Amino acid sequence: MNFDKELDASGLNCPLPILRTKKALAELTAGQVLKVIATDPGSVKDMQAFAKQTGNELLSSTQEGGKYQFFMKKK
Amino acid sequence: MKKLAIIATKGTLDWAYPPYILASTAAALGYEVQIFFTFYGLQLVRKDTSCLKVSPLGNPGMPMKMPFGPKWFRGINWNIPNIIQANIPGFETLATALMKQTIANNGVATIADLREMCQEAEVKFLACQMTVELFGFEHSDFIDGIDYVGAASFFEFAGESDICLYI
Repeated sequence: MNFDKELDASGLNCPLPILRTKKALAELTAGQVLKVIATDPGSVKDMQAFAKQTGNELLSSTQEGGKYQFFMKKK
Repeated sequence: MKKLAIIATKGTLDWAYPPYILASTAAALGYEVQIFFTFYGLQLVRKDTSCLKVSPLGNPGMPMKMPFGPKWFRGINWNIPNIIQANIPGFETLATALMKQTIANNGVATIADLREMCQEAEVKFLACQMTVELFGFEHSDFIDGIDYVGAASFFEFAGESDICLYI
């Protein structure tokens, strides 16, 4: 998937992946896509909840070798 | 915009986390947030966060595990009787140092970092002027950007909040 910015939140725990995601999205313009990598298992549900509450679109959420990968489209 | 009002009343390292985690997260979700620091909660807005300590004494909910060594060693819960904890000088300082190492090992933010993120996200900090005086603090003991107010000012915001938490 194409993306405009990548955020590596590996090793960070709640609520840092969400706070960093919010910050990274602020640097994008509407319609651009942010890729987030995280290791916090709680981030799977949290990213969904973040997207739902902020109106940004979670395009995909996958897991690969202990890492979680998210693609978030800015509202 | 939804509003979150928090009253922070505890002044230990462990209890410093809930208000700052919830406030920073709510701000990231688009909430307008205010935290009212009162009584021991004033410790959470002091310039020097090293005043925040954690005590396992009289706290049966706190696991005492070592943040270093092999996995089997880290897994041991050191069940130290209260009477011993109470009589070892510096036990609290030791427990605090171990807790800080555990926090760092787990990728959990420091209180100073979380607090800064709250301020960057425009979380508003209010401090109770009455308890500032009661405990003999000076405004210069605290970080910048705090409004010193009374209970009535807190209710101005809390009365219109969607969520109000007492921590």
